[in-house]
Amino acid sequence: MSPSLREFASPADLGDALDAAGYLSDRGLATAAFLALRMQRPLFLEGDPGVGKTALAQTLATITGAELVRLQCYEGIDASQALYDWDFPRQVLHLRAAGDATDRTELEHSLYDRRFLIARPILQALERAPAVLLIDEIDRADDEFEAFLLEVLADHAVTITELGTIRATEPPLVVITSNRTREVHDALKRRCLYHWVNHPEFAREVAIVRRRVPEAAQGLAEQVAAAVARLRTANLLKPPGVAETIDWTRALHLLGVTRLDAETAEATLGAAVKYREDLVRVQRELAELLGG
Amino acid sequence: MADVRNDLPDPVVTLTGFARALRANGVAADPSRLATAVDALRHVDPLDAEQVYWAGRVTLCAEPDDLPRYDAVFDAWFRGRLPMPPGGSGRPGTTLRVRPLAGGPEDESTDPDERDEPDEPLRTAASAAEVLRHRDLALLSDAERAEVNALIALLAPRVARRRTRRTRPGGRDAVDVQRTVRRLLRTGGEPAELLRRAPRVKPRRLVLLLDVSGSMSPYADVLLRFAHAAVRVGPASTEAFTLGTRLTRITRALRQRDPDQALATAGAAIPDWSGGTRLGDSLQAFLDLWGQRGTARRAVVVLVSDGWERGDAALLGEQMARLARLAHAVVWVNPHRGKEGFAPVTAGMRAALPHVDELVAGHTLAALHDLAEVIAHA
Repeated sequence: MSPSLREFASPADLGDALDAAGYLSDRGLATAAFLALRMQRPLFLEGDPGVGKTALAQTLATITGAELVRLQCYEGIDASQALYDWDFPRQVLHLRAAGDATDRTELEHSLYDRRFLIARPILQALERAPAVLLIDEIDRADDEFEAFLLEVLADHAVTITELGTIRATEPPLVVITSNRTREVHDALKRRCLYHWVNHPEFAREVAIVRRRVPEAAQGLAEQVAAAVARLRTANLLKPPGVAETIDWTRALHLLGVTRLDAETAEATLGAAVKYREDLVRVQRELAELLGG
Repeated sequence: MADVRNDLPDPVVTLTGFARALRANGVAADPSRLATAVDALRHVDPLDAEQVYWAGRVTLCAEPDDLPRYDAVFDAWFRGRLPMPPGGSGRPGTTLRVRPLAGGPEDESTDPDERDEPDEPLRTAASAAEVLRHRDLALLSDAERAEVNALIALLAPRVARRRTRRTRPGGRDAVDVQRTVRRLLRTGGEPAELLRRAPRVKPRRLVLLLDVSGSMSPYADVLLRFAHAAVRVGPASTEAFTLGTRLTRITRALRQRDPDQALATAGAAIPDWSGGTRLGDSLQAFLDLWGQRGTARRAVVVLVSDGWERGDAALLGEQMARLARLAHAVVWVNPHRGKEGFAPVTAGMRAALPHVDELVAGHTLAALHDLAEVIAHA
């Protein structure tokens, strides 16, 4: 019997396991992930960039003892990059090596053997149970791509014309993330559990930073989290996410800073603020940002 | 797993009613989502309100817009914070305030049901249609308006196309290795002809931003119909929003086939109908929530407004500059543009003008026809 995804008794139980693995979740996220595991439904995560959508999939793989298979989406991604592809050079070599000696039907048959099939992420996830399949930033792919996913998500199977249907022995846990640059088709969403990931509140954000950058001082983590919280309300083009809070704290710590002041903040602002227009504005109001 | 106890109401019945109330409030809680929710409830503690809340939320909601509506309906349905008749259609405050759209605000006395059957249907003589084409849309009679509405549905603007990363067989440049080798396998490994591939094209995204403030109200109905025609012809590649004092996304409402139904739903969704104008703020909301993430990127953006800005014109200019950097083309439709003596003198218009690729009129059917042409060639 193949190993299977670890089971959890309740959402709180899963939340504790995530916590122990270094990912601080809230009740909603833990319930969503718990139900995704129990109901074997894909989990569809939306939220601002940098709120920890991808990290959740990684941590879920760790705590369930599964392998993480990641598929980064982009415009024009198609079946041969996401599902499977035939290894054409090897097929040609095989054909040439066989020569005229063998029976033609048998030769044709041997050409479409599993060993000439290259498994791309989705097929990999189906074949390697237990697995967590992360389909990252699906909004970057186009709608044609979503159609491929429907079969995979509904049946946990891939149909290969020449070979037949490959079915997962144990359905992988599928996590789909989207930054909402376009609306994903409802047919796909309907098969998923939907969760909107919010920015964490202040205390949780400090705890997350402490967890991810344990070497940094508590006071520094608090100051950075407070500054980032103020940046988020300052109408920036790109408000910083948790990922930026962590990066900024780490950058400050690397410079040996234990207290955030105007000078060090200005020098390291690039870790949190990513647009020139935003930088100019923040630098002008730096004193207010740190004060209070 | 929850056993259904006799003293508790049947959870399936409760959830079905809840899903109906959600649907009435515009959440996409369709029967298949309801089935998922019923399933989800078996896995959590049904007596723990928080677990029920989350199990319902992850199964019945589909987008961020649904979340506040879900919260409100959940409160009313399960916590009894608001009176709600059994099988009721929604929260008392927002019970589908279907605004009379067809006639604009002056027309509010007319019963919306009557409007479906105009009293004297106009005979479509070619000359009458021609005259109608150049009539100012703000000055139409009811019968003329019905005629114009039918003509607008035919405009169905198609958007210029762009090359995509996807390819199709054909062309003369790149060799399609996959298909070539597949062909080669069929011929026993002998090199056969080289097959080619060429990039596919598809329509650019079209984003319509409609100003629904008081000063635009004579044109709002017609422009919403234009947006409906655009969304219907390219449902996957067209987005429509209204600007006023706040931003409202109406794409989903406009996807319905029947224009009157679509407009009624859209109208119910717009909270700032015929209110003030804060173009800069609502444009910024659009860019923050949608535009910068991708909706405006490489898109043809059509902004319909008279440029009467009550807020800060400098902010509008700033946001227009941002929009121009993201979008493929920015088209500004000003209904006053086609009138005699028009000059872009309003503060908003002056601030926006440097960032606009085309300034077109939109006050007559003919002008809307021109707008469709501009969109097609942007």
